[in-house]
Amino acid sequence: MQFTSMVLSNAEVSPGYHRMRLTAPPEFAAARAGQFVMVRVGGGIDPLLRRPFGIFDLSTHTPLHDGAVSQPCFEMLYRVVGKGTALLSTLHATDRLDVLGPLGTGFDLGTPGAEKLLVGGGVGLAPLYLLARHLVQQSPVRLFAGGRTRDDILCITEFERLGVECYVATEDGSLGECGLVTEALVSRLEQLEGGAELFACGPHPMLKAVAAIAAYHAIPCQVSLEGYMACGVGACLGCVTPGHGHTAETPDYRCVCKEGPVFPAHELGWEE
Amino acid sequence: MKPDMTVNLAGLELRNPVMTASGTFGYGREFADYVDLEKIGAFVTKGLSLKPRPGNPTPRIVETPGGMLNAIGLQNVGIEAFIAEKVPFLARVNTPAIVNFFGSTPEEYAELAGRLDEIPQVAGLEVNISCPNVKQGGIVFGTDPACAGQVVAACRRATKKPLIVKLSPNVTDVVVMAQACADAGADALSLINTLTGMAIDLKSRKPVLANITGGLSGPAIKPVALRMVWQVSRAVQVPLIGIGGITSATDALEFILAGASAVQVGTASFITPSASQEIAQGMERWLEEHGVARVSDLVGALEC
Repeated sequence: MQFTSMVLSNAEVSPGYHRMRLTAPPEFAAARAGQFVMVRVGGGIDPLLRRPFGIFDLSTHTPLHDGAVSQPCFEMLYRVVGKGTALLSTLHATDRLDVLGPLGTGFDLGTPGAEKLLVGGGVGLAPLYLLARHLVQQSPVRLFAGGRTRDDILCITEFERLGVECYVATEDGSLGECGLVTEALVSRLEQLEGGAELFACGPHPMLKAVAAIAAYHAIPCQVSLEGYMACGVGACLGCVTPGHGHTAETPDYRCVCKEGPVFPAHELGWEE
Repeated sequence: MKPDMTVNLAGLELRNPVMTASGTFGYGREFADYVDLEKIGAFVTKGLSLKPRPGNPTPRIVETPGGMLNAIGLQNVGIEAFIAEKVPFLARVNTPAIVNFFGSTPEEYAELAGRLDEIPQVAGLEVNISCPNVKQGGIVFGTDPACAGQVVAACRRATKKPLIVKLSPNVTDVVVMAQACADAGADALSLINTLTGMAIDLKSRKPVLANITGGLSGPAIKPVALRMVWQVSRAVQVPLIGIGGITSATDALEFILAGASAVQVGTASFITPSASQEIAQGMERWLEEHGVARVSDLVGALEC
């Protein structure tokens, strides 16, 4: 659905990262973890296209004035990387945005009871928070959060409040373990006797590493991808990603916005 | 009095002159939740080939100021899957569906035209000789008047349905191409397809698109498209469909003044899925406010 949303808050949560809370129509409450929205930033032609953002959280907003009716709201966690996100970061409460969503296929919540291991890199933590909220109701959940520096480790306290055990790794050692988050993940998997299920979102090299780890341990793994998108609804075919059987001779493309952004890791091609 | 928005385009009766452009609207169904298809004149489906095509490697799109570059590479399901999976939806919508198609030889074009001619749910055909992102089946036929004429003539023999030819702006003289297609039997001409462009990532010193070059669309190309519609309208007799950066009713009406009988909305649907519907409504309001009885009265009414 397409709707006009009002900004409720837009705060910098770490240098270069913002968390924005927005109103949504009642139907939006049915959004699933892993789905995304396409946001029109500004009313002009530069930037021209909408920007995709994962849904960080869903909640209810009750205005302070008397007789106010509660309405759903959602949050996005975004990093300022270009013109669109820079503009977005300047918005304040009561500003309006044009939103399309919820779009795409979200996470499958997996088998109740089985340990859930969430792996997020930087702003890749965004769709994992709503997922964690659902998963903690039925399974033990652990989060592996990685980034270049401490500035890239976002909203860990919120995950901890859900009862999620968090492991942090930074490449410069400024927070948590020094190194890649996938190393902490491997250690945990070696300790585990039973099976676990993996859910990951973050930079492509990280997802590729997580997919390889999942394949080695023969455990289910879902990854949420980013894609250059124009439409967000499967019409333009701009955001495709290679599937498992993809080669130059036998191309096999999957549409990130429509078939994804969440895919079982084994269905994708990780060669590139 | 409500203005008369109907258009007769090469035998196609349209409720209004606003269509969606090929490649920007999937097979119609993708946007059906966001647009009332019965409020637009027609929709044009994604370029179709005999065999399915996988399209180009990624990245395939990049944004540039006022526009976007794409190098999708005509990814499509092929005629068999189109008939099995897409045609049933076309039958459910009370709006003409025009199928854009291409081949790698004039014979392939003709074979597709013949296959599509047999499908009652297909209201018209749009011959794509202008995709800048593939060698075969695209631009090779769209830059040589003799080749274009050959392709159009072959399609003409294969179908009785309205035959539209979509022209490329990436030529020295668009009028020559337009004349060649009209002479070969085109009922109408769509112009323009995207302009070839490129984007460079300074940091990596590489082109952004895997295909290196792509087709530029969006508001950035509107002045070029308007100029070409105007030039062609003065030289050929067949009706024209104006395409290029149309995002508002004003844009659409400018194309009508320049000589287009109808318009196609492309990139704007990505930004506002209901853009085509809103443009049709906006045009009607404008005509009403300005006391214009029929949209056809404005076709080519440019004063210069």
